[in-house]
Amino acid sequence: MSNVKIFSNGILKENPVFVLLLGMCPALGTTSSAVNGMGMGLATTFVLLCSNMAVSSIKNLIPDQVRIPAYIVVIATFVTVVQMCMEAFIPSLYASLGLFIPLIVVNCIVLGRAEAFAAKNKLIPSASDGLGIGLGFTFALTLLGATRELFGTGKLFGLHLFPEKFGSLIFVLAPGAFIALGYLIAIVDKLRKA
Amino acid sequence: MAKLKSTLPNMLLSLTVICISAGAILAGVNMYTSGPITEAKAAALQRAITQVTPDFDNDPTADVYKSVTSDGDSLLIYPAIKDGETVGVAVESNTKNGFSGEIKVIVGFAPDGTLINYSILEHAETPGLGSKMEEWFRTDKNNQSVIGRSLADGNLTVSKDGGEIDAITASTITSRAFLNAINRAYSAYKGTDGSTGATGSY
Amino acid sequence: MEYILIFIAAVFVNNIVLAQFLGICPFLGVSKKVDTALGMSAAVTFVLTIATIVTFLIHKYILDSFGLGFMQTICFILVIASLVQMVEIVLKKVSPALYQALGVFLPLITTNCCILGVAILVIQKEYNLLETIVFAVSTAIGFALALIIFAGIREQLAMTKIPDSMRGTPIALITAGLLAMAFMGFSGIV
Repeated sequence: MSNVKIFSNGILKENPVFVLLLGMCPALGTTSSAVNGMGMGLATTFVLLCSNMAVSSIKNLIPDQVRIPAYIVVIATFVTVVQMCMEAFIPSLYASLGLFIPLIVVNCIVLGRAEAFAAKNKLIPSASDGLGIGLGFTFALTLLGATRELFGTGKLFGLHLFPEKFGSLIFVLAPGAFIALGYLIAIVDKLRKA
Repeated sequence: MAKLKSTLPNMLLSLTVICISAGAILAGVNMYTSGPITEAKAAALQRAITQVTPDFDNDPTADVYKSVTSDGDSLLIYPAIKDGETVGVAVESNTKNGFSGEIKVIVGFAPDGTLINYSILEHAETPGLGSKMEEWFRTDKNNQSVIGRSLADGNLTVSKDGGEIDAITASTITSRAFLNAINRAYSAYKGTDGSTGATGSY
Repeated sequence: MEYILIFIAAVFVNNIVLAQFLGICPFLGVSKKVDTALGMSAAVTFVLTIATIVTFLIHKYILDSFGLGFMQTICFILVIASLVQMVEIVLKKVSPALYQALGVFLPLITTNCCILGVAILVIQKEYNLLETIVFAVSTAIGFALALIIFAGIREQLAMTKIPDSMRGTPIALITAGLLAMAFMGFSGIV
């Protein structure tokens, strides 16, 4: 499989949120606006890319029996790097994502890709897999964030599209997250089968 | 290169090496980012103080002192001094009565107890309802605004409770909590102000 | 009084699943039957309480005193992972019956983000040890409550006719949304 194909696979065919149904917690918790969703997606992409590359390059140095703890340490390292850099340089985004940044560690997507792909493949394919899945995740989170922001407040990326009073606030609140994601998954499912 | 076998020394060695390098990387990044993190926090506080007090020429964060509120809690007070005279104070106040947890605000008072301005530092209120407090209480419409009101005449309360301030539509609890934080700030400020005397007046 | 407030807030108002979005994976994954939901809830309650206490002590006496706050995430996740393993081994030896009931759920718990989430939350909220314990137990009860109610609804849902594309996860998510709406009714009572 070519690198381009591996890459595009992650975005559409195996979209982690809409198709594989992984990483639901950040998908629901951080998407109260499109910008937040995108920030979370990009942070996850960075971790995925780095951990996939790291795991793929040191895979022969890790004995099989301790591979999971080793992967977890690698992932947690990159997550902490992202956390500290974000707190230092984009404090406002850090404040709104809060708890969900350290929780990238337990995002099943990251460990799942390290175990299922990076541990068996060479550096470059692993990198493109990480990037593809990461961007697929970013795309899903941005779409969900945009949907909730648009229906909830009438804005898109902070730009007013229609007056706020036509928005239905429930979409920005917790129940709206579940409902919007439910409908998006159903729509994507319909489109894939059509 | 062949894959390492799962023998005990191999496992120990590889995990130790990974953990040490992880620790080293993190220590390095921590050293590099800890400066900007503290700077960003200090800058945010400085901005908030500047926003809620009149012009000053001292460093309020250096002159900060603690003061006790009427309910026994202690708050941080940043005095704003110009030409040796106190022109106002910024009080970092909080309340736990928010709709979903703690609200942290910084409130500026003139020496006579007039509220100059406020800034929300941290909150977890409902977006679109309670979160409106960031603008609501400084918008000059009906009786919404708290700016320019003097707390020397007594605590601020919402009109539903017989006070003068209009609560945020559909967010009375948040509004009450916000005014509670402001009243606490004033009580801490007054507690340290010699000219108004008694601390236990309410 | 304060402990009662922490309890009510953690169970109803800021329900870990329906308001904070932590632990969604097991919430969607093991909620098809009430029986499995009960097993999972028990396992989570058990691990969550122990893990939170251990990570709290580690943070207070090791990380904080040596200024190693930046190692928090790495440390916590390793502690949780090894703790889950240890609980599994101990349970197997000490109480085979309990192991039979909870065993299958234990490996799943390592990647349950509500464990790490609560461990970090109690540090952020600057709770003391007793508050930490109360918070951990009540969060776990909140998780159990949401999971069991949800499983009950899904058992009924399995028998209804719904459009093809909505089957499975989408309808489950929408149901969870309605449940979250119901839980919103609790907000403001603390």
